Amino acid sequence: MLTDKDRIFTNLYGMHDAGLAGARARGDWDGTAAILARGRDAIIDEMKASGLRGRGGAGFPTGLKWSFMPKDIGERPHYLVVNADESEPGTCKDRDIIRHDPHKLIEGCLIASFAMGAHACYIYIRGEFANEAKRLQAAVDEAYAAGLIGKNASGSGWDFDLYVHRGAGAYICGEETALIESLEGKKGMPRLKPPFPAAVGLYGCPTTVNNVESIAVAPTILRRGASWFSGLGRPNNAGTKLFCISGHVNKPCNVEEELGIPLRELIEKHAGGVRGGWDNLLAVIPGGSSVPMLPKVICDDVLMDFDSLRAQRSGLGTAAVIVMDKSTDLIKAIARLSQFYKHESCGQCTPCREGTGWMMRMMNRMVAGRAELAEIDLLERVTKQVEGHTICALGDAAAWPIQGLIRHFRPLMEERIAAHKSRGVAMAAE
Amino acid sequence: MADSSAHDAGEAQPTSFSFDDESNAEIAVIVAKYPAGKQASGVIPLLYVVQKQMKRQTGSAWVPRVAMDEIGRVLDMPPIRVYEVATFYLMFNTKPVGTFHLQVCTTTPCWLRGSDDVVAACKSETGITGFGETSADGVFTMTEVECLGACVNAPILQVDDDFYEDMDAESTKTLLAALRRGERPKPGSVIGRQTSAPVGGPATLTNIGSNTQGGD
Amino acid sequence: MVKVVVDGIEVDVPPGSNVLQACEAAGKEVPRFCYHERLSVAGNCRMCLVEIEKAPPKPFASCAYPVNEGMVVHTDTKMVRDARRGVMEFLLINHPLDCPICDQGGECDLQDQAVGYGSDVSRYEENKRAVKDKYLGPLVKTVMTRCIHCTRCIRFSAEIAGTSEMGATARGETMEVGTYVEKALTSELSGNLIDICPVGALTSKPYAFVARPWELKKTDSIDVFDALGANIRIDARGPEVLRVLPRVNDDVNEEWLGDKSRFAIDGLKRRRLDTPWVRRNGKLEKASWADAFGAIAEKLHGLPGEKIGAVVGDLVDAEAILALKDLMGALGSENLDCRQDGAQVDRSRRDFYCFNSGVVGIEEADALLIIGSNPRRESPVLNARIKKRANLGGFPVAAIGATADLTYPCTWIGIGPETLTSLRTGSNAFADVLKNAKKPMIILGSSALARDDGAAVLAAAWALAASVGALSQEWHGFNVLQQAASRVGALDLGFVPGANGKGLGQMLGGEVDLLWLLGADELDTAKIGASTFVVYQGHHGDRGAARADVILPGAAYTEKNATYVNTEGRAQRGFAAIFPPGEARVDWRILRAFSEQIGRTLPYNDLDQLRAHLEAAHPAFGRIDAAPRFGCSDLTGPSGNPDAVSAVKFAATVANYYQTDPISRASATMQACTDTYVRPVAQAAE
Repeated sequence: MLTDKDRIFTNLYGMHDAGLAGARARGDWDGTAAILARGRDAIIDEMKASGLRGRGGAGFPTGLKWSFMPKDIGERPHYLVVNADESEPGTCKDRDIIRHDPHKLIEGCLIASFAMGAHACYIYIRGEFANEAKRLQAAVDEAYAAGLIGKNASGSGWDFDLYVHRGAGAYICGEETALIESLEGKKGMPRLKPPFPAAVGLYGCPTTVNNVESIAVAPTILRRGASWFSGLGRPNNAGTKLFCISGHVNKPCNVEEELGIPLRELIEKHAGGVRGGWDNLLAVIPGGSSVPMLPKVICDDVLMDFDSLRAQRSGLGTAAVIVMDKSTDLIKAIARLSQFYKHESCGQCTPCREGTGWMMRMMNRMVAGRAELAEIDLLERVTKQVEGHTICALGDAAAWPIQGLIRHFRPLMEERIAAHKSRGVAMAAE
Repeated sequence: MADSSAHDAGEAQPTSFSFDDESNAEIAVIVAKYPAGKQASGVIPLLYVVQKQMKRQTGSAWVPRVAMDEIGRVLDMPPIRVYEVATFYLMFNTKPVGTFHLQVCTTTPCWLRGSDDVVAACKSETGITGFGETSADGVFTMTEVECLGACVNAPILQVDDDFYEDMDAESTKTLLAALRRGERPKPGSVIGRQTSAPVGGPATLTNIGSNTQGGD
Repeated sequence: MVKVVVDGIEVDVPPGSNVLQACEAAGKEVPRFCYHERLSVAGNCRMCLVEIEKAPPKPFASCAYPVNEGMVVHTDTKMVRDARRGVMEFLLINHPLDCPICDQGGECDLQDQAVGYGSDVSRYEENKRAVKDKYLGPLVKTVMTRCIHCTRCIRFSAEIAGTSEMGATARGETMEVGTYVEKALTSELSGNLIDICPVGALTSKPYAFVARPWELKKTDSIDVFDALGANIRIDARGPEVLRVLPRVNDDVNEEWLGDKSRFAIDGLKRRRLDTPWVRRNGKLEKASWADAFGAIAEKLHGLPGEKIGAVVGDLVDAEAILALKDLMGALGSENLDCRQDGAQVDRSRRDFYCFNSGVVGIEEADALLIIGSNPRRESPVLNARIKKRANLGGFPVAAIGATADLTYPCTWIGIGPETLTSLRTGSNAFADVLKNAKKPMIILGSSALARDDGAAVLAAAWALAASVGALSQEWHGFNVLQQAASRVGALDLGFVPGANGKGLGQMLGGEVDLLWLLGADELDTAKIGASTFVVYQGHHGDRGAARADVILPGAAYTEKNATYVNTEGRAQRGFAAIFPPGEARVDWRILRAFSEQIGRTLPYNDLDQLRAHLEAAHPAFGRIDAAPRFGCSDLTGPSGNPDAVSAVKFAATVANYYQTDPISRASATMQACTDTYVRPVAQAAE
């Protein structure tokens, strides 16, 4: 188990001053200029060596992503855009970073921007985080006032501007190109790729979009060294990670842990265990609403990292663990997610716009059992018709929870349908 | 449903809108954030400015159509591009809302922890029968919202900009009663939790010494 | 070139092409709804999915995927077929499938593709979505439940029409395409929305429930409502023209058509002259052809040529112009004019009155000065070409004259011709912009010539072009934008006063005793001398006919095989779609018949012979459809004095785009447009 000395987010719960003085006391902004003085290549190499994989859900190696930016700054300026549009159901980790450790994020923005040749960075924060945005803006103002950012940021010789930009209620803006569109003042509709943002991003300029957590851990990694970070976790799944444990646990909470921690240990050590005991567990959605659920039998020994969960045909996603005990109507739990995706589909491309509504309506009927047995197959086929056919991954995300349900709990759905039918027969007989 | 009205601009539309001094000061700060010629980036922030000004001036935080036109003029955008944005994002109310905007998260993590009870309490306390409605006295509007991103403190009831966390039926009733009285209870966990730490206090980060004052 | 293999067929496509284009190059048809080669790529319908080797094992939207060297593409695998069937199913679940009552039926992309990829049973058990229809004005009808959200109309309105009015509000399955606020579209190109909509969501309001496409006889023709000469297709059933659609011609109109050209056709059935008329005792009475010809012959008897004059109008074809000119010649008259507007021209060189850069040349230009012209109103489709060029950036545009929204950024640098002087002397900064441009372009509106100092304006514009380097061996940057379909042809044929001939003003001013108006309705008939005997030959009972002593019913452009020369100097031919109504006849035949009656038979018995004469009269008629672009090797300007320009500002041109000629004035649809677009503005201005 991770010890406090290896935890990066030492003010995760906001026990201490989130302001600049508190941040400095926790080691932030310590020798920032010296880190920048190592140079762009050295920083990117160190990030690559750390094995950090993006914390926003897809798990793409962060250092590698940074290296995709053009080496030289041409006529078009470079941009870093931080994705603080945290909206994946189950996920609430970036909120804690923003409100309790904003200086880790701000320092990370400076370092990452420098490493990618960006003089400006926008933090796109979801609109509902109005109070968090105020906290963040206050921290940004503090950093400006202290000369940590702005002209000659931290005395590094690098000019750096940081702006906070609020979204306004659209899950899809967590998709990086939708976020860029939104930041440009348009509807959050994902762009076609290629071109990728590193070539054509914000305002048509080279842009990298990173998750809050990915950026906020960078300063600590660079201070403590890549080998420290890569020594934590498991091979190809390095480091620590913020986990959000919600649902039917005794003590829901956020916690920073090593990647690869067994799911059961995570729940029992940190979240007070499953309500009614481990044996009362029905299923877990291990990585935010978009990943397929796991039945208890897999939860018993699965490890919480990218590759282990992928091997179970699920995913680490945002490491948002949604626990459901035996009292849960799983069909309804997933139907509610289908409603979520239908509500959040941007409507741009056909399979998602039409498919999410269709899936939701079928799922709603499945909740009541008001369906034919053959419709379970139809539902699964519809999910396959959406998956992989859309511009962005929201279509996949809408399909996977249903696929997970059918994969692991088909008998439950069949029972529900049979029960509804027998009720109908009983009523007809009366 | 709340968004079924997104397409018609409604009947109670004012015929004019202009930004007041407070708003104009905010706009100057906003527009300065974006590169020259990219002022369209300011459309979401300006829609917020409108909503705030309407709250100041009318007590209802919403965006009339004429205000969208005014944003188009200020940012040099065709009005339709503003209409698109205003109707795409959920947080912009294209028709008037009550004094308090109750936004209940009912997505799965909140639902697992009893958001149905919060919804029921909101209905019983306000007389509202469905999402998107405003109470007869005009005090409350209840909207169903998707995941608010505070899932370990589920269920969440967002009132205007403030999150009230770890809610249940009883605390919902208490909160609404306080709002009616003109009080504004402190946002956050209503059961006294330390933010996202486990109930009963953190089990980690207990060895972090700090010479600084606590935050939350 | 990039080598791509599509279904085993190797093709070379230009770099930057997308996979869909490569598939087309290989002769493989790829279904699509959102993709349109003249609009930006949206990639949202997902119908054009293909399989690409060595890419992730999922189908890719071919319209949005760039080609790479050696790429191997499959358009007909199981994965591709399944994917397209899936997309088609999604498109249809909320589509009303009301094809029997849909005007798009029979020419609907969705219907066509459903034959290939649709299922014969629906698996969708839920309720279908219903969407409220939108009001978009008098021309475009909406049935929004049919909309498949391809966004073509939104992109067209922003990128081609340049009036960003269409959008998609809300999101997800509640997203709706429209204008959000109820308003009529303000583009003169709005009818093209009907063409680009791949389903029956946007259809023609005037054509609603009129006909099915398979009932229509389709005839290729040329538009006459402005001087661009857009290529059109006339759809007729029996004796009636039911609709006009653009034909693709990348050199002229691409695939667009102005609203007047598309929708004024109901005017072809109203106020038509379908029998000869003769004025007797001050009153017009129906007459036979023999009577009408007899009345004219009687008037002509003994009349010297100098007392006879002829004016041709704006819609007249070259065949009729030549026939009239030849008839006048036979009668000994040099009193000819084709300029109802009184424009001052110098026809000693063709590049003094043509659009010399060519319409496609607009796309090559890198700076533009517009003088006394509103291209949006004078030729909306040509204006769309300017807009297209402006969209690419690096194209400063300035204009002199009355300000207007041209749909692209434009700096108004002056209101009158004195600005030409300041540009020529270099005191206006835009002179440097033009000088620094590689291919600067100057567009001079024909209205700017129809003033007292018209000749000076023409000379000054030319002199400016010469001074900024717009005239070179490689590039001819001087352009006159004509407004009348007949004008360049008439100038080519020399339908202007001869050496001792009288011009329009003199002819109107009572200096002729017999005035033959061929489709001339845009002149002030009140000025015609009280004793002047007027022959009106044309197709509409408009201004000219009202003043006439004899009316000879002619054929409208849809009713004759005819040649028109557009503002570029491009001769194009249209074919007769229907017969002229009643006793009306094709115009050159009327003139030919009359010439025979008076014993001065014109030297052609059929159209081929007449056209041989046309070709002999001007080489342009020998190269149909072509408009060779020439540089300018002789900088000598037209005859006017460039320094003689006045201080009078250029007037706004084309006050009402929707009613400019006898046909559109007779059109109920154009009247509806006038009521919607022109009247409210005029009232607001009061």
